[in-house]
Amino acid sequence: MTVKEMTTKQMAEKVLDKENVFILDVRTEDAFEDWKIESEHFDYMNIPYFDLLDGVEDILDQLPKDREVVVVCAKGGSSQMVAEMLEEEGMTNVYSLEGGMKAWSEHLVPVKVNDLKDGGELYQFVRIGKGCLSYMVLSNGEAALIDATRMTDVYIDFANEKNAQITHVFDTHLHADHISGGRQIAEQTKATYWLPPKDATEVVFNYQPLEDGENVKIGNTTIDIHALYSPGHTIGSTSFVVDDQYLMSGDILFIDSIGRPDLAGKAEDWVGDLRETLYERYKELSDELVVLPAHFMIMDELNEDGTVAEKLGTLFEKNHGLNIEDENEFRKMVTENLPPQPNAYQEIRETNMGKITPEEEDQREMEIGPNRCAVR
Amino acid sequence: MTIKSDVLLDAKGLACPMPIVKTKKSMKDLEPGQVIEVQATDKGSKADLAAWAKSAGHQYLGTIEENDVLKHYVRKANEDEEQEKKHPHVVSNDELTQALNEEDTVVLDVRESAEYAFNHIPGAASIPLGELDERADEIDQSKTVYVVCRTGSRSDLAAQKLSEKGFAQVYNVVPGMSEWSGDTTSNQ
Repeated sequence: MTVKEMTTKQMAEKVLDKENVFILDVRTEDAFEDWKIESEHFDYMNIPYFDLLDGVEDILDQLPKDREVVVVCAKGGSSQMVAEMLEEEGMTNVYSLEGGMKAWSEHLVPVKVNDLKDGGELYQFVRIGKGCLSYMVLSNGEAALIDATRMTDVYIDFANEKNAQITHVFDTHLHADHISGGRQIAEQTKATYWLPPKDATEVVFNYQPLEDGENVKIGNTTIDIHALYSPGHTIGSTSFVVDDQYLMSGDILFIDSIGRPDLAGKAEDWVGDLRETLYERYKELSDELVVLPAHFMIMDELNEDGTVAEKLGTLFEKNHGLNIEDENEFRKMVTENLPPQPNAYQEIRETNMGKITPEEEDQREMEIGPNRCAVR
Repeated sequence: MTIKSDVLLDAKGLACPMPIVKTKKSMKDLEPGQVIEVQATDKGSKADLAAWAKSAGHQYLGTIEENDVLKHYVRKANEDEEQEKKHPHVVSNDELTQALNEEDTVVLDVRESAEYAFNHIPGAASIPLGELDERADEIDQSKTVYVVCRTGSRSDLAAQKLSEKGFAQVYNVVPGMSEWSGDTTSNQ
């Protein structure tokens, strides 16, 4: 008997549709505590597969019979074995997550944010398992990418479907939590690759320096991408205003949190920049701008339509990180009690600088776990 | 470094869950106290094997990576390690820490060489209990010998053996490496 597989795409739909799934996670307790498929509508049970090798009888009565039970492991092998054992015990509602947490970490859901003023479109690519967000701006046969992940085919295929040529690729900053696909996409499509020069002092490849106030047109309509120097998470962090409507805030400002300043080892130095960016530079922008960040941390940050977006004015009212009057208190919040640093963040930074080129399998391992770029 | 093991399991090229499934199976053929070397290429096998060993009561010693091959070392649980200790001269870990500064102190580690390789007191000599009869003359009889193992049981047997062979100053260190908080080193 072959076991029923659930694809990461189906799983993503269940998360977004708020379905009530039972997850049987058979990874180690450490791995489960570190990172799992998040949904407040899911129920979870964690028991490592190696504790089930002698049989699954002991857990049978703890599993529901009236809804889907999805077995999840690291790569999809152990979950298959456990799902098969459960089927042999007569369960019919069991699935194995195809490709496991690795595939889950790589799954991207393109969600349309909106049409742009002159007929273009803006898409948000939600990397639901890891909480990374990237963007494609489409206009009149041209496409620009912002903060692309290493799943480069997804963007290239998507642009092809839209009959658009990728002409510009941007990274808002040198990422520490995931490996950028920007440089590779730019090479493949002959697009221009833009990086903030202050983040790129150690990179070993050619790039177009992205300076404050730079305007880049996508298509022959007037979809300007306006770069805004916004240091804090990294010294070079740059935000974009697209089509006068959208603020791509990178890892500086999220929906329910703000960027952490410590991932390049400079928390004390950059906390002042972070405060200035959030409390002065961003304050001068229109409240009507829709903030599109590079990450989300919790599923609550997703809107009903699956996008992660909120008006800047609303964030100034509701985001705790934008409402700390006292500068010392702010300093304390972003330098003390920080969450653990992302997995392999040093190696990820070096990869993004082009200093090391790990095999794809190693890149997957490096990216395991949540993004942890924020501080609340 | 080369590490001695009693059984070699080739799990190269196998994806999860197979490295653990095979290890669990091979473990049945090992004598208690013996060490298995599991060669695997699945990167996830390291965390899984360590967690499995803990859950099954075995002793995960460590992993060495060589040319993309992960070599894991696990020692099979030894149920009779909790036996009564008979050697009359016993010192605590703290007392050994003090004695390390003395000129005539010799630390003799009688655990398996794979256990020793991953974690031992700097300067300790390694003679596994099973080899002590043949190799006891490697230790200077005129020194004060502190015998360590993981929990104090193997070192108890070793201390008795050394006394029989005429060593005058022999101490069993209890509990030994399982709770050693001082400096350690590895062969790597």
